[in-house]
Amino acid sequence: MRRQIPLILTFLTGIAIFIAFFIPHKPFNEVQDILLDWAIIIAGFALLLGIHSLLRKHITHIKKKDGGWGYSLILTFFFVGVFTVGIFSAIQYKGYSLTPGSLLYFVYDYMVIPLSATMFALLAFFIASAAYRAFRARRLNATLLLIAAVVVMLGRVPIMENAFFNFLSRFSDWFMFIPQMAAKRGILIGVALGAFAMSLRIILGIERTYLQ
Amino acid sequence: MGQIIGVWIAAGLTLMIFSFLYKDNPFYKFAEHVYVGVSAAYTCFYTWDYFLMPKLINPLLQHHWLVIIPGIFGAMMLTRWFPRSAWVSRWPIAVSVGVASGLVVVQYMQGFVIPQIQNTLLPIAGPAVTFNNPITNLWNHPLNNLIIIVGTVTTLVYFYFSKKHKGFIGGTAKVGIIFIMVAFGASFGYTVMARISLLIGRIHFLINDWLLPLFRSLTH
Repeated sequence: MRRQIPLILTFLTGIAIFIAFFIPHKPFNEVQDILLDWAIIIAGFALLLGIHSLLRKHITHIKKKDGGWGYSLILTFFFVGVFTVGIFSAIQYKGYSLTPGSLLYFVYDYMVIPLSATMFALLAFFIASAAYRAFRARRLNATLLLIAAVVVMLGRVPIMENAFFNFLSRFSDWFMFIPQMAAKRGILIGVALGAFAMSLRIILGIERTYLQ
Repeated sequence: MGQIIGVWIAAGLTLMIFSFLYKDNPFYKFAEHVYVGVSAAYTCFYTWDYFLMPKLINPLLQHHWLVIIPGIFGAMMLTRWFPRSAWVSRWPIAVSVGVASGLVVVQYMQGFVIPQIQNTLLPIAGPAVTFNNPITNLWNHPLNNLIIIVGTVTTLVYFYFSKKHKGFIGGTAKVGIIFIMVAFGASFGYTVMARISLLIGRIHFLINDWLLPLFRSLTH
């Protein structure tokens, strides 16, 4: 029962979406939307597992006073602080804590956005040092990688307005739309076919690793 | 006043993150842990506002009792906290996996794979593929069709591992790797540009929203 019922549930939900696609009439066409909403609600609850895991790890660090436990304390403090702010905002705005003007929206504007944007901006420097190592034109493949990257970078933001950079800009567009797209299409078709085969195996109960 | 405090907090956190460029230091670690803590709490309320409120709470308040079923499934997910009853969480996982698999089988094939294949089946000696972008169309040439066909097919052959890459398949795979390298290089260049534009955004914020108003207030 511990394995059979989940297998039946996977089969039924998978087949229901399959049927909903081929019979786009009531009540079948509604089944897909309902099941999608169900999956979203379940994912919402699953988030709690992740939060619990994160907090448990850091609270254990604090209790054991492991190396760097002070940072775990900071993380826990800010989590609890923003969570409290969120609850107050939700009470103030009838359940919707992220309404513009709320205190949680302030946290989003002045903490979440700057922190995430700066973290990704920081990658600009590391990506440049990674590029130096990857692009050393020792082999044909590395040379191609280098040429493609340089063409796209210079083509997107021309250094100056002259015939060469105008040509490069056009060449960069052609590069993105023809050879780049061809390879990307090949990769994505391969991924999609793999996902299709795996999904069929899951629906038919051949692939069961997700139940472990 | 609230805006001024916000800008100072944002500027402080931005500088703390950028301090990592010198070396790993306590300021960076502080900001890093603040980021994780704040983002985790923010994600909880984002999920509540945009998913649980409209899809679970509001329907329940309007007496649409069907949503009790996913609510129960969601609660079953939390049984993972208790090792003896953790197996119950397989039920909601099975529903999520079933929905995702069903979508891949039909929607993904119809909405993604078939159109992509359709757009690759181009006439070699016919009209060239055209794009909405007029600049790109300056380069349109029937040879583009051939490049797209060869690029897509050879890339697919490169990822075909059921036969050894020898002879014809080996040669085709070698052409495929050329296309793959070009694609990776172009994607890399694109990513670098996106990161640099983010960096410009942060520097713009530090100068225009923080430093300039600060100097103006000091000089007045």
